[in-house]
Amino acid sequence: MNLYREGYGSVKGIVGPLLLVSGVREAGFGERVLIETPDGLRTGQVLQVDGDLCAIQVFEGTMGLHSGGTTVWLERDIVRIPVGISLLGRVLDGRGRPVDGTPLAFVEKTIPVNGLPLNPVARTSPNAFVETGISTIDLMNTLVRGQKLPIFSGAGLPANRLAAQIVRQASVPGKETSFVVVFAAIGITAREAGYFLDDFEKTGALNNGVFFINLASDSAVERLLTPRMALSVAEYFAFEKGYDVLVVMTDMLHYCEALREISAAREEVPGRRGFPGYMYSDLASLYERAGCVHGCAGSITQIPIITMPDDDMTHPVVDLSGYITEGQIVLDRNLHDRGIYPPVNVLPSLSRLMNKGIGKGRTVPEHRAMADQLYAAYARARELERLKLIVGEEGLSPLEHRYIRFGSAFERQFVNQGESRRDLLASLEESWKSLAVLPVSELYRLPDDLVSSRMARGKDD
Amino acid sequence: MNKTGSVIGISGPVVRAAINFPVRMFEIVHAGRESLLGEVIRIRSGAADIQVYEETSGMRVGEPVVFSGELLSVELGPGLLGSVLDGIGRPLARLREEGIYIGRGANIGTLDESREWNFSPQAGLGDTIRPGETLGTLPEGTRILHKVLLPPNSLPGRIDWIAPPGEMKLREPVCRFEDGREITLSHRWEVRRSRPFASRLPFNRPLMTGQRILDTLFPMALGGAAVIPGGFGTGKTVTQQSLAKWCNADVIVYIGCGERGNEMTEVLEEFPTLMDPYHNIPLMERMVLVANTSNMPVAAREASIYLGMTIAEFYRDMGYAVAIMADSTSRWAEALREIGGRLEEMPGEEGYPAYLGTRLAQYYERAGRITTLGKAGQEGSISVINAVSPPGGDFSEPVTQSSLRLSGTFWALDKSLAQQRHFPAINWQNSYTLYDESLAGMFAEKLGEEWSRLRLFLSETLSQEKSLLELVQLVGRDGLSEQDKWTLNLSELFRVVYLQQNAFDNIDAFCSLAKMKGLLETLRALDVFVSERLKEGLIFEQFSEIPLRAGLLRLRGTPDTDFPEFAARWLDETKESLDRIEVVVR
Ligand SMILES: Nc1ncnc2c1ncn2[C@@H]1O[C@H](COP(=O)(O)OP(=O)(O)OP(=O)(O)O)[C@@H](O)[C@H]1O
Ligand SMILES: [Mg+2]
Repeated sequence: MNLYREGYGSVKGIVGPLLLVSGVREAGFGERVLIETPDGLRTGQVLQVDGDLCAIQVFEGTMGLHSGGTTVWLERDIVRIPVGISLLGRVLDGRGRPVDGTPLAFVEKTIPVNGLPLNPVARTSPNAFVETGISTIDLMNTLVRGQKLPIFSGAGLPANRLAAQIVRQASVPGKETSFVVVFAAIGITAREAGYFLDDFEKTGALNNGVFFINLASDSAVERLLTPRMALSVAEYFAFEKGYDVLVVMTDMLHYCEALREISAAREEVPGRRGFPGYMYSDLASLYERAGCVHGCAGSITQIPIITMPDDDMTHPVVDLSGYITEGQIVLDRNLHDRGIYPPVNVLPSLSRLMNKGIGKGRTVPEHRAMADQLYAAYARARELERLKLIVGEEGLSPLEHRYIRFGSAFERQFVNQGESRRDLLASLEESWKSLAVLPVSELYRLPDDLVSSRMARGKDD
Repeated sequence: MNKTGSVIGISGPVVRAAINFPVRMFEIVHAGRESLLGEVIRIRSGAADIQVYEETSGMRVGEPVVFSGELLSVELGPGLLGSVLDGIGRPLARLREEGIYIGRGANIGTLDESREWNFSPQAGLGDTIRPGETLGTLPEGTRILHKVLLPPNSLPGRIDWIAPPGEMKLREPVCRFEDGREITLSHRWEVRRSRPFASRLPFNRPLMTGQRILDTLFPMALGGAAVIPGGFGTGKTVTQQSLAKWCNADVIVYIGCGERGNEMTEVLEEFPTLMDPYHNIPLMERMVLVANTSNMPVAAREASIYLGMTIAEFYRDMGYAVAIMADSTSRWAEALREIGGRLEEMPGEEGYPAYLGTRLAQYYERAGRITTLGKAGQEGSISVINAVSPPGGDFSEPVTQSSLRLSGTFWALDKSLAQQRHFPAINWQNSYTLYDESLAGMFAEKLGEEWSRLRLFLSETLSQEKSLLELVQLVGRDGLSEQDKWTLNLSELFRVVYLQQNAFDNIDAFCSLAKMKGLLETLRALDVFVSERLKEGLIFEQFSEIPLRAGLLRLRGTPDTDFPEFAARWLDETKESLDRIEVVVR
């Protein structure tokens, strides 16, 4: 690679995280550069070429960068990451370098971090039920292997705790091996990163995963690289080595803010809230790197975490993520304030691939019907809560009172499971318990025979 | 002769090439050492700006750019049905042979040249054939009769020789004219150019969808245009897929334009196993899938809708009713915006280029019900069904608004209905159709005069519900009469039993017109009976325990053949149980 090295000295400008150099011959779009400065080396990537002028994003940031005495070396290659089985158990920084300084024991090859789009014809529909042990997910918003299902959180809501719990508990029933975890910390605090690593350590996930850590204090530009590296590693393990990979990326809001920073430095026309107009495509190039492939044992399941600024689900980062991912688990401040954990609000939550992974032969035959029944009843309960504010307690019929009682049983018992792991049958049991408040005639989503046999059993107890 | 320029600038999908020769706007180029396909989108001061249909990373200044002199076109011929193409017409199944990822620079023809087709001539020696007229036919799949027409961009000719019946490959001549021209099974057409037809026809035939709320309240006309806007997760894709499955078109062109890879896979896995309810052939046989997913190059996303439309026109010209769905127009508009941004164009509203509306109009204008070219002009149609994904679910944004102006049916998806799991989450208050009047005659013919009264009964009940709920908000429940309480209950039955339709239920996914009518009649009979009893002094609370909802849901799930009998029996039983309740004199 050194063969191609050519140095350039004329720095034209430094704008935010961008370095502008002129006099570059045959610059390549997206290629990597080495930036030699009086006080050390930095790395960057060519963002735009216009004649002999290049815009370079500097991964370490431009703080302290000299406009004179700086030489840019073209590396004549795109950005890559070394991969090999020996990555398992390693903690890397946001640019893929081992944090402890020990190089990888065995590198099989280096692969581009951008990846390539999966051919839709090569995909197979994700359809294996993943038991996360969390009732609101397993029973009502089922995660399937190969799905991308983000957690929409708010500042201070326990998204990290929930993600760590899912990593700890997730399993595909009937499969011996557990998930390989690829974790990408993107601009989170050292405390948050510490929380995850501790938890992974305790549960043993640390030996069976690869961990990329870009902290809030690290360069923002580096954040654009971190999830790409993580996903390239995930693709390597999933589609070349046949592992089921679970990718947790937190926090995509920070990723998008870095994207916005670069876009602003390039003086691009800003879109909603200053985020660039191509953010949808950019996010899609990450989230779409999930799925299952024909003739391939492995898979990539993604759980990105996205903080909703001001709990606003229409914020562009949240909104665009929702348009790309296959559903969302939404955390709710009101539930959290009432001490309910995990504070999942099931109404705005959704798993689009749920139907593929549930039902006869996969989970239980009544899975869909039970989810629909809970949704219908809980939506009604919430609506009646609002009506109660208008018409008062007395204004409600006895049936409506029962619905309100159902709503609170549902939140206090079914949702509020704490750290415990409930298997699907335990979750089903809980759902029957909360539905017991309602008269049988209201359980119209469930098959009659099931309801009557259940009621008969209830009487025997 | 090819002309060669060289790369001088690269910004994402936009590459600038220095040229010292004239080039055409929208001319196809092969850019860089990997020969990536692109299209000229601006010519300015000795340079051409090119949108490249593939990822440009690694491309360098100084690499060659070869200008072809031709515009982006697609080869049209038998074999399109059942295939999956990317945004510029490359068959994904054949790209698949090179690996699970889509690499760059692959140059694979749309159609399979080696496949044989069973041609039968329909014209004879000495016949004069004009553009759009039939030379012969061949079966494409089990049902579609593929007509080999003289392409609309050819001159008329007199047949000197025509192939005898038999097996024939794509590029083999099927006919020779006296002037020496040879015609083959396929021809190329520039995708951005609409194909000509003889005349437009009125919107007086319905595109039946098998979806109760659509066919009953907001029907769409063959050749019309419908928009489905909605925030994420409100049901755009499910609705479009339901229509692709159950609508009465002959051919479906489904464009996954900047959406999920898994949704394409789903279509590919599911459609071959499902039967078209009208013709009883596997649904995949009437489908062409254009898949340019969100992670595939944006420039090809921009091109994908024109590719789809050209294919739709090709089958329309054979006299078929074609339905074309694009999911989603917003992603196409964003591709336009991204490319415009790279060219540093002056942005219009929300950063979209000022020509957004014009481009959109050019697309919608290619829809319609028409008479084809040629002396035996036949009826053909293209119905457009476009999903729109407004940021934040706010319909006031430019793509929704421009689409609204260009279409006749507006199926507005509603976030709060979706959250309550009321699917399809089509808001019956905001949605509308402009084809109501032009279709009325056809519906009356099919379903009798009664149909319009039944529709009215449904829509009036729903609007009464709205005013009653407003009343409750103001004065509480005390203001409601017994009849009002029943009306609220009836409209809830309508919502749950009639408007809601589960796309994933084998029976409920498709509802025939006969069953729609039957359900409405049953509900009306119920209403008449209950209202009478209420007049006699019955109190609503007295019969609120009768499981009307469960009974009606069961009725909805009965197969068409058993429906009339079941409905009659259920009504009788319900009346009996109502009759058993005695009026309590207060
Ligand atoms: N008719 C229906 N019957 C049953 N479920 C439905 C129906 N329509 C929508 N849904 C449910 O809503 C979910 C979301 O629907 P869909 O994927 O079509 O949304 P969308 O509007 O296309 O979202 P996006 O813009 O993010 O692509 C589906 O996964 C399904 O669970
Ligand atoms: Mg969709």
